[in-house]
Amino acid sequence: MAASAEGAAAPASLLEAVELTKRFGALVANDHVSLSIRAGETHALLGENGAGKSTLVKMMCGLLQPDSGELLYEGAPIVFPDPASSRTRGVGVVFQHFALFDAMTVVENVALGLPGHEPLSALAARIDDCVQRYGLTVEPWRRVGELSVGERQRVEIVRCLLGNPRVLILDEPTSVLTPDESESLFRTVDLLTSEGRAVLFISHKLDEVRRLCHRATVLRGGKFIAEVDPKQETASSLARLMVGAEVPRTPRLVTHEMGEPRLLVRNLTVAGDGSRGSALHDINLEIRAGEIVGIAGVAGNGQTALFEALSGEAPGDPESVVIDTVPAGGLGPTERRALRAGFVPEERLGHAAAPDMPLSDNVLLTTHGDGGIVSHGVVRHSPLKRYFQGIVKGFDVRFGGKDPKARRLSGGNLQKFVIGREVLRDPVLIVVDQPTWGVDAAAAAFIRTTLRERAAKGCAVLVISQDLDELLEFTDRIAVMSEGRLTPPVPVAETSREAIGLAMGGMHGHGAEGGSHAA
Amino acid sequence: MLDAAILGAVLASVVAAATTLLLASLGELVAERAGTLNLGVEGMMIVGAAVGYATAYSTGSLLLGTLAAILAGTALSLVFAGLAVWLATNQVASGLATTILGLGLAGLIGSSFVGTRIDAAPALRVPGLTDLPVVGPVLFGQDAFVYASILLLIAVAYGLARTRAGLVLRAVGENHAAAHALGHPVRRIRTLAVMFGGACAGLAGAHLSLAYTPFWAADMTAGRGWIALALVVFSAWRPLWLLAGAYLFGAVSILQLHVQGFGLGIPSQLLSSLPYLATIAALVVISALKRGQGAPASLGVPFVPDR
Repeated sequence: MAASAEGAAAPASLLEAVELTKRFGALVANDHVSLSIRAGETHALLGENGAGKSTLVKMMCGLLQPDSGELLYEGAPIVFPDPASSRTRGVGVVFQHFALFDAMTVVENVALGLPGHEPLSALAARIDDCVQRYGLTVEPWRRVGELSVGERQRVEIVRCLLGNPRVLILDEPTSVLTPDESESLFRTVDLLTSEGRAVLFISHKLDEVRRLCHRATVLRGGKFIAEVDPKQETASSLARLMVGAEVPRTPRLVTHEMGEPRLLVRNLTVAGDGSRGSALHDINLEIRAGEIVGIAGVAGNGQTALFEALSGEAPGDPESVVIDTVPAGGLGPTERRALRAGFVPEERLGHAAAPDMPLSDNVLLTTHGDGGIVSHGVVRHSPLKRYFQGIVKGFDVRFGGKDPKARRLSGGNLQKFVIGREVLRDPVLIVVDQPTWGVDAAAAAFIRTTLRERAAKGCAVLVISQDLDELLEFTDRIAVMSEGRLTPPVPVAETSREAIGLAMGGMHGHGAEGGSHAA
Repeated sequence: MLDAAILGAVLASVVAAATTLLLASLGELVAERAGTLNLGVEGMMIVGAAVGYATAYSTGSLLLGTLAAILAGTALSLVFAGLAVWLATNQVASGLATTILGLGLAGLIGSSFVGTRIDAAPALRVPGLTDLPVVGPVLFGQDAFVYASILLLIAVAYGLARTRAGLVLRAVGENHAAAHALGHPVRRIRTLAVMFGGACAGLAGAHLSLAYTPFWAADMTAGRGWIALALVVFSAWRPLWLLAGAYLFGAVSILQLHVQGFGLGIPSQLLSSLPYLATIAALVVISALKRGQGAPASLGVPFVPDR
């Protein structure tokens, strides 16, 4: 269709991507992707991790240059050579990984996103105005490093809004928020579109998209799949578009027996290091053989400290962690592994695997303490190779070449590899932090099924995850972590999304709010 | 007993010793706050000293000598910036290479000036005030380098804390990816910061060869560039603590000379190491007190924008 109608009644697109293509080496991140955003609408960009959403956004704001295709702004071709140029044309972006400066105050952070030499005190007043108008709570003079993730996101949004954008791009905004915080973000988004601004809302959470968005563009594998009206779709029809097939659900094995306690955590308290990450306060937890316990919570509430205390990276009081009846709190990771515990940290590259080492060497990183592979300090290559092949075959790890560097693998395949590496050791306890973060749906389902099977064979499994749906789907009991405290685990059947959401916000099950305080 | 004249002279020499360090470390502080660890300070300082001396000796003008020193330090810093900022090489290796290059160049430039002397930069006198006992020579009888270093300190402290340029520079050093995403030209800002560092190191070199010890000798910087680097780290990247560190170092290095003069039987090597020990001790205490306000988060990390 020719776009010749000027000032016609049909809503014109404000910002439009036409057939954008971007390659990174052999990978085609975006393959002739088109998207148009109209004034006054909330437009969803849907896709799995790795579908090319972030690449598209980066091209739309000048952080990346497309290899081919063009951008139209109010119907006219435009090139954004850098992010500053897109901002001056009214395109504001709130990135998934915040572009914030921890050591600086909120006002300084905001000032860095605005042109001109406005005095900080005047800017602080403008921040207060903006905060009032859009119902965002932000204190201008606090240091960003001290803020929670939700507060940081609001700083980003305020910074964008003070530039008076016509298009606001929100990259996975709710992935770091509690359900409550998400609700207040939705209200802000509705207010913004009612003012005639356009919002591009990037997400893979289907319910949100159906509630909030007027139109949705779906990407899969770097390609444009469809533009739909999300309100006319069901969650499963959207999921089909996103994944390209039915999403397999993890079979829930209801009948299995609980055995001996495999992990006991008693009064585990860890002092915070002051700068980053919450401390742990009096954590108590028991996991029996055959059960999967999930720990829900927004990132940065002490999950990392808990994982390190369990894995032995941060040893403490011997009695605080008991693995299979042995007090292990004072032991390091290798000794704990010798007790047949397995650990899969959150960060795949750099923590679970050494990025520039071949996969077979990465196998050795956690199996060096096991008999058979290392004898008298010498690596025996044929058992190592057998073990490596066992992981690759048993866990469907796909890669090019014979033994590539860990960083060459896709997120899903590397995650299957690091989980397989632990599972093949036949552990009695396995602790996994974010098992399916950034993993495609098929691999995620495979990982959940694998963990489920281990539990059925008598392994105790602890899963730390920010994905509440995942936890509700395949764990037996769920505890919630908030500000370094852990609620007692509750059987999944006896809890609800709302109760968990409240606990994530630090309510700890004292649900009754709203009544006046009787002191 | 020390009389007022001797005390004044001693204190004045403390100021002079501290000034070289203050000038060089101020420049390095700015470069590091922008996220570049420039280990080439020593090299840029000695090139500044050599070029400054050669120019001043040949033209007879201290001002021309000083300007030439600043230009020479800046030019060498551009070599470092080209490598570390634009080619994203390892900053430590590039900085060390710059220092070695600088030492070699300075030896070459200065070789024909060995054994010559010039008149030191004159003290600026304020009639009446300079003749006051003790405070006169210390506060009002210094050369232009000393006053320049103090003005520069004020400018840097104010500029970093209060101006938009300073804010952007700190942002680049704190999180270069975020600064880039907000549209700030990370590599241009880092280049300018490194150039400022080079200019300051060149000026520090000029102070050495034109005022503090007005002759040329190979290796005359004697590790002062490294001390300046250490001062930046131990001052927790704060200009005012840098001032304290530089003057403490200057004071102890002058005083230990006088102690050696008394002949107390303490090995001179031990006394010579005192300034280093005292500086480290004092600055460790400072940085312990200022915990949590550590290095710029992107310090030493090369920045490569994706395209």
